[in-house]
Amino acid sequence: MIERIEKATDIRHWLGDMEADHYYYSAGIAGEKFFVALRDDGKILGTHCAACNLTYVPPRIYCEHCFAELTEYRDVGKRGCVVAFTVAHYNKSGERLDPPEIFALISLGPGMTPLLHKLGEVEPANVCVGLEVEAVLKPKKDREGKITDILYFRPAKLL
Amino acid sequence: MNKKNEFGPPLHPRGTRLEAEDLEKIAHVRAKPNAKYAWAAGTAMSRFLEELKNGRIIGRKCARCDRVLVPPRMFCERCFGPTTEWVYLPGTGVVETFSISYIDQSANRIKEPILVGTVAFDGAPPHCGIMHYFGEVSPEELKIGMPVEPVWKPKEERVGSVLDIKYFRPRKKT
Amino acid sequence: MNLNKIRKDVAVIGAGMTVFARRLQETGKEMSWEAAKMALDEAGLTLKDIDAVIVGSAPDAFDGVHKKGEYLLDGAGGTNKPYMRVFTGGGTAVFAPIAGWWHVASGMFQRVLVVCEEKMSSVQPHAQSAFGHIWDPILDRPLKPNLVWIFSMEMQRYMYKYNVRYEDIALVAVKNKRNAVGHPCAQLADPNITLEDVLNSEPMALPVRRLDISPPSDGAAAIVLVSEDVAYEHTDTPVWIDGVGWCIDTTMWTNRDLAFPKFVAKAAKMAYEMAGIKDPRREIDFAEPYDPFDYKELQHLEGLLLAEPGEAAIMTREGKTQRDGEFPVCPSGGLLGVGNPIAATLGIKIGEVYWQLAGKAGPRQVKKDVRTGVAQAWGDLMQFSSVIVMRRR
Repeated sequence: MIERIEKATDIRHWLGDMEADHYYYSAGIAGEKFFVALRDDGKILGTHCAACNLTYVPPRIYCEHCFAELTEYRDVGKRGCVVAFTVAHYNKSGERLDPPEIFALISLGPGMTPLLHKLGEVEPANVCVGLEVEAVLKPKKDREGKITDILYFRPAKLL
Repeated sequence: MNKKNEFGPPLHPRGTRLEAEDLEKIAHVRAKPNAKYAWAAGTAMSRFLEELKNGRIIGRKCARCDRVLVPPRMFCERCFGPTTEWVYLPGTGVVETFSISYIDQSANRIKEPILVGTVAFDGAPPHCGIMHYFGEVSPEELKIGMPVEPVWKPKEERVGSVLDIKYFRPRKKT
Repeated sequence: MNLNKIRKDVAVIGAGMTVFARRLQETGKEMSWEAAKMALDEAGLTLKDIDAVIVGSAPDAFDGVHKKGEYLLDGAGGTNKPYMRVFTGGGTAVFAPIAGWWHVASGMFQRVLVVCEEKMSSVQPHAQSAFGHIWDPILDRPLKPNLVWIFSMEMQRYMYKYNVRYEDIALVAVKNKRNAVGHPCAQLADPNITLEDVLNSEPMALPVRRLDISPPSDGAAAIVLVSEDVAYEHTDTPVWIDGVGWCIDTTMWTNRDLAFPKFVAKAAKMAYEMAGIKDPRREIDFAEPYDPFDYKELQHLEGLLLAEPGEAAIMTREGKTQRDGEFPVCPSGGLLGVGNPIAATLGIKIGEVYWQLAGKAGPRQVKKDVRTGVAQAWGDLMQFSSVIVMRRR
């Protein structure tokens, strides 16, 4: 009685789409500070919760564990290490990526929440957990106050 | 935990109000959704749409509750059993309620109002019918309880949609 | 419904909310935290004391983030706690507290936080674009409807069946926008608004005019619910939830007589039975019904069995529903005066009844001494209602 249908458009249907034209997402109070510092000063900020000894990167106005209000914004620098990574061979539309793109969670220091971004100037075979990396920013005139103001993280030069 | 003290109605509520012109000045992202849909019409609605293409209104009878459901459904939501047979309705009815709209779908103002409402069909239980436009009637003449009839698109323009009916107009007295 | 199975009495001991505005800079998470923190502070609790978190929020399509409840939860205090999200459109404002009530009344949890949030400013070009999705895609959307149409049709039917004059309906908008002057979060308070302003406001979808409608808003609100076992450890003025009820009618709104909301009456009867109320008008002192449109306040008062059909308009005309009247209605200023961030209207429904009964409503405190209040919300495609009866003992 019930046949298997492979495509929704094989049976009588009605076509439509999402009515919203687009969405405007404000960065919020903490986000505003983060993106202005990134765009104007080339700095990456976090907020520190003294009670939990945890620094949120990007910053938040509250600690999600103890609910304290966080007002201490810190410059967390631009060096860190890879906590986890993945090599993507297909983009979100299912098309092949050549060369593949590397996404990683990067911790900018002990006690900091990792930041999601891309890795560049490195071959996938040379990426490993623990790899020391540094942020590469767009030149100031090209920065817009978006996460893409950071181009990618690359293996850090030995100090 | 401490025993709490006197407090007023939300004292010093937080929240940073913005004007429309602030939107471009603060950090933000704009993104377009990319979803398209093909809603399955289902068994009952498929037949309903097919009959609209033929210039007819069809309902579905629930024998246990002795009522005709329009729009048709394969199950009766009252007794939760399957409905039992297809029933054609004359398509005439009365105005159940209406609205005279000076705004369109996107909330833009329009000069000539859209007359829209629900029609309670003859042959169906009280208050049962569909939403549709009203035409060939002025806003002042439109009244709840007014007998109406459907005005169909010409056969070659009908595709199997509620828009195969152009609008409902006052039923001419014979 | 078996009332004997309910294990524990539940009390509200704190409430909080953000300002309501057409657009707020805060993200949904930040708004949730602002409201939740205020509620916890009033209750004298920290996040560690909370056993479970309930988030209420209306369509994901407003904020533009799917799984909205989970997205908000770190700002709502839900990290590493038992958590659930409920959604019943506008009804969420009172339904989320009911979900919180289940958690405590069952005896499973002692202290629970309920947070409601809405960010309608994200969807572009207008909140109407997101509303487009609640219509049936095959029967209704091809007609390119605007949501105001169905409220307008319901108002038309209500006025027709019960002989209600538009002038009396418009008085509700005047009352609520003036009441809202006493509310620190209000988006649309207007101490000078007159009946003529409403009657002459631009026609939207007649009979609805611009000042008959509440606006889309951003905002968040929260309450803290505790068990009878611990209520008096934290406060001298717990406000008890004595009755809850909820009910939904068919989605086929074109098959219903819209004049009387039967599902509101059913939800109210459920709550009144639990609260032991036999004569609602006499045993309840004031009400916060859901008022996204002015006619809704009247229709909901009748649905709540606090007035005969058609009588609520007369009560309004005679001034009985003013803050200093014999049956105050929407002393907060309601959605018409404070704003309408859908689920976050929790703050002006449950929050207001709580503050009034605890005697803490400040400039909005109603004149008569109040012991019992009822809050009601309404949502989805004009089909769902939730009701809570609260009492001071």
